[in-house]
Amino acid sequence: MSELIKKTAAELVELMATGEASSVEITKAHLDQIEKVDGAIHSFLVVNSESALATAKEVDQRRQAGEKLPKLAGLPIAVKDNLTTTDAPTTAGSKILEGWIPPYDATVVTKLRQELMPILGKTNLDEFAMGSSTEFSAYGPSKNPWDLARTPGGSGGGSSSVISSFQAPLAIGSDTGGSIRFPAAVTGTVGIKPTYGAISRYGLIALASSLDQIGPVARNVLDAALLQDVIAGHDPNDSTSLPDSLGSMVEAARSGSLKGKKFGLIKQLSGEGFQQGVRNRFAEALKLITEAGGEIVEVDCPSFEYAIDAYYLILPAEASSNLAKFDSVRFGMRQTPEGNPTIERVMAATREAGFGPEVKRRIILGTYALSAGSFDKFYGAAQKVRTLIQRDFANAFSKADVLISPTAPTTAFKFGEKVADPLAMYLNDIATIPANLAGLPGISVPIGLADEDNLPVGIQMLSPSYQDSLLYSVGAALEGILEGIWGKRMIDFAPKLEVN
Amino acid sequence: MAKANLMEYEKAIELFEVVIGLEVHVELNTKTKMFCGCKNDFGDEPNTNVCPVCLGLPGSLPAVNRKAVESSISIGLALGCQIAPTGRFARKNYFYPDLAKNFQTSQYDEPIAFGGALDVEVPSGKVFTVQIERAHMEEDAGKLTHIGGATGRIHGAEYSLVDYNRAGVPLVEIVTKPVFGAGAEAPELAAAYVRSIREIVKALGVSDARMERGNVRCDANVSLRPKGQEKLGTRTETKNVNSLRSIERAVRYEIQRQAQILADGGSITQETRHWHEDKGATSAGRPKSDADDYRYFPEPDLVPVKPSEELIEKLRAALPENPAEKRKRLAAEWGFAEMEFRDVVNAGLLDYIEEAVAAGAKPQAARKWYTGEIARIANSEDKDVSEINITPAQVAELANLVEQGRINDRIARTVLAEVLAGKGSPEEIVKSQGLEVVSDDGALIAAIDEALAKQPDVLEKIREGKVQAAGAVIGAVMQAMKGQADAARVRELVLERASKN
Amino acid sequence: MSEITPDLVRHLAGLARIDLTEAELVRFTEQLSVIVDSVAKISNIVDESTPATSHPIPLSNVFREDEVLPSLTQEQALSGAPDSAQGRFRVAAILDEE
Repeated sequence: MSELIKKTAAELVELMATGEASSVEITKAHLDQIEKVDGAIHSFLVVNSESALATAKEVDQRRQAGEKLPKLAGLPIAVKDNLTTTDAPTTAGSKILEGWIPPYDATVVTKLRQELMPILGKTNLDEFAMGSSTEFSAYGPSKNPWDLARTPGGSGGGSSSVISSFQAPLAIGSDTGGSIRFPAAVTGTVGIKPTYGAISRYGLIALASSLDQIGPVARNVLDAALLQDVIAGHDPNDSTSLPDSLGSMVEAARSGSLKGKKFGLIKQLSGEGFQQGVRNRFAEALKLITEAGGEIVEVDCPSFEYAIDAYYLILPAEASSNLAKFDSVRFGMRQTPEGNPTIERVMAATREAGFGPEVKRRIILGTYALSAGSFDKFYGAAQKVRTLIQRDFANAFSKADVLISPTAPTTAFKFGEKVADPLAMYLNDIATIPANLAGLPGISVPIGLADEDNLPVGIQMLSPSYQDSLLYSVGAALEGILEGIWGKRMIDFAPKLEVN
Repeated sequence: MAKANLMEYEKAIELFEVVIGLEVHVELNTKTKMFCGCKNDFGDEPNTNVCPVCLGLPGSLPAVNRKAVESSISIGLALGCQIAPTGRFARKNYFYPDLAKNFQTSQYDEPIAFGGALDVEVPSGKVFTVQIERAHMEEDAGKLTHIGGATGRIHGAEYSLVDYNRAGVPLVEIVTKPVFGAGAEAPELAAAYVRSIREIVKALGVSDARMERGNVRCDANVSLRPKGQEKLGTRTETKNVNSLRSIERAVRYEIQRQAQILADGGSITQETRHWHEDKGATSAGRPKSDADDYRYFPEPDLVPVKPSEELIEKLRAALPENPAEKRKRLAAEWGFAEMEFRDVVNAGLLDYIEEAVAAGAKPQAARKWYTGEIARIANSEDKDVSEINITPAQVAELANLVEQGRINDRIARTVLAEVLAGKGSPEEIVKSQGLEVVSDDGALIAAIDEALAKQPDVLEKIREGKVQAAGAVIGAVMQAMKGQADAARVRELVLERASKN
Repeated sequence: MSEITPDLVRHLAGLARIDLTEAELVRFTEQLSVIVDSVAKISNIVDESTPATSHPIPLSNVFREDEVLPSLTQEQALSGAPDSAQGRFRVAAILDEE
């Protein structure tokens, strides 16, 4: 049983196809693992064992009957709790949505259901995806399976920990400034933020509408590709979704190669000020790339120095507007103060009680960035920096096929280390933010452990918009080389989980 | 509500120059809402035409209604506007329970249409050119019902109920530039402008344009400045004006109210005011404060709208005749006197007469029937002409029956009454009730003979020159024929008889 | 050194309908000051001539046809409501006329 949870998603799909394992067995194995470890890890906010098993059973029956089923049918998956599901509460990690059961499924959830994938449950996140550690979740943080005293990254720390603790073979996350990639880097897993618009945002509880993107989280590149191929595609419900398909990521992952490709080392993100262990692994990765026939060139993106600043104006501004709908009227929490309060007072009391401090901070900052008299200096200026960042990327891509940097400046940090200092927390995303501002795709692939702490380090690769397949191709290639050197997968280096 | 002091109107106009500005919201009659596929309909059960998008549920996203965009462009073209080659939607952020997302998706600095003009004729015949600043697309809010207060209004209510069926319905907001020089006719101009907008959108077929249903809503801005002063006065914005009549009355009221305040040495508060039809007055609403910082920014969930030249030309070619031009043309074709035509327009009878003429009636005859008997009946029953149970085609039929001499005026009125009573078309009624005028001279001569037999000295009197003596015979004949004779023909025959020997 | 004062934060919280406590007011004023001072430097690298980017991907003219799609039922619509009556969402009395 326990070996099933160690398999890759691709292997599990194969086992089901050949009849060596049933969906029920696979789903049960993961539910058992959840039962065993999630008390300690806290990846899940809610586990849907009954409905997951029901789906698994249906798949097995239909497969028995000889029906042709979708590719990933019967493969269990975990969904980040900022995606609406009609059969499970959707909280976005916030008290203000505690217990809210949406009357509609997110488009990607509908696709999972059409693909007949058992949905194990909803995973933890920083409240409204604002954060990089899950310390801002109203329901308590998730732990990093590599070291339970450390965070698994955020905002998608639930997704990254669920994957790295083998509680699910696949997970869906969302990435606004690095919320898929940063957790992937610090948990030794793979995460992709696709091109903006590649995956429908309908049903994703919006944080920053022009930055948010949904993406796959997995233990290896091919598994992530399998998932992206299922959930990507145009959606008429999302006016920002790309009209055309970006092609098959699985095909790209299976035909990966680094040879003959130019890799642009981003000067501003080459590791200065980063943790030494991160820099060491990154330097080794560069060597491997060169040995495999790739060419490293340096690219200069001066506007990237202002990326975090622009981001922390655009995100709060859009978020302040997106979060205005949480007002106690149609759904969610209602806090009624004493006396005969007006609705204005009920709204203000509800939002005070229902939102956590990081959310409140960003709403206020965003309100300021948009307000009359401040707009040009803040939000307006930030949208201009965005143009400069796009130009720097365009320039860089004229010299290189893929851009690279360490995904994160450090390895997983300890709980409490950064939570009191917002700016310090924001710096986790220094390498991941530019891609969101420009809308282009990025992948994080594990490249080893840092010497100081034996914790995972990730490399980030970026491609031009619409070329997600290039990332899967080079990502899989690099991963293949590294696994060849290690003799095993990154995740197999993880210490055994000490759970009681 | 404290009674305001009002300066006499003529005096106010004498002392001050009036500047007005009008914001008209037109509700489009698309099948679905602006940003989602919910039905755009009136009067359904509350919260049954809603979805995650118009309810503002977390995770929902808008999708733009193509027809609404085209209708907006058509409105812009009909107002002589330029159409923006590229425009975006914007979020207007404020909190209110009828606003599902607590922001309205609207347009800010990139409206779809801008820079137009509309010629508006007031009852006196004068024509003003109203400059159109812009027309932009936005969505309507839900409907609030206030429970527990004395008046059903906000003040004193215990709680409120929200229905989002209307939330998301497409609106086009048309904003004029400040209108100078209307003088004493400012109230009439305001009403006439809104009437013109109504006519235009109705002719375009993009709105039902029923003010009583809120399809067309007007906010009237009024400011005064002492004659000769360059600087504009402080303006107030009056909302809740639900009819053309209210617009005129509200503008007039504001002029009088503001004039009195200024003359007393006071100053005008920049504020939103509400019109109360029952009291014939405006009252102060919320003062405009910095809480009106709407923090506009481009709507990130929607992409720019870039109407192609082809689309614009296609819509331009499909524009119906401008109502003012149409009126000019009809006035010329029908040959009415100026006063006659204006009465027809002011009474709202233009469309009916046009249709009757199209159905074959002579213009003057159609006018006679509509402004005469039909209007009389409508007034006496306290109804609008639209509620009178006769179609323009039937009016044409009726008029032509008279024209052909088959019935006379008196019979026609009877026939009209029968049509209104639902007894059928004029032709059917005349046939079934045998009301047709007798045109056979033989029958008339027989009746004349009979009448003369009873009044033998009439012929003598006629020969003596007392032609009016014929009247007695004509009367007798008409009575004998039950009115179904052409009195003029009877008279002719009687006089003929008299001239013979 | 900031333009971020407690009064400003109070005003912004009012606009955002959040009833901050005194303690939060003080703490946020401090934290936001630091953040704003940091992010304000972006005005150094942009000027009038730099165009703004509001959408990362250059799509335009994305429309939905004017055809009715299924709505939620009244029950579904009200399913999350903290309070409802007569098929509508119920809220406390409203202070401001709009």
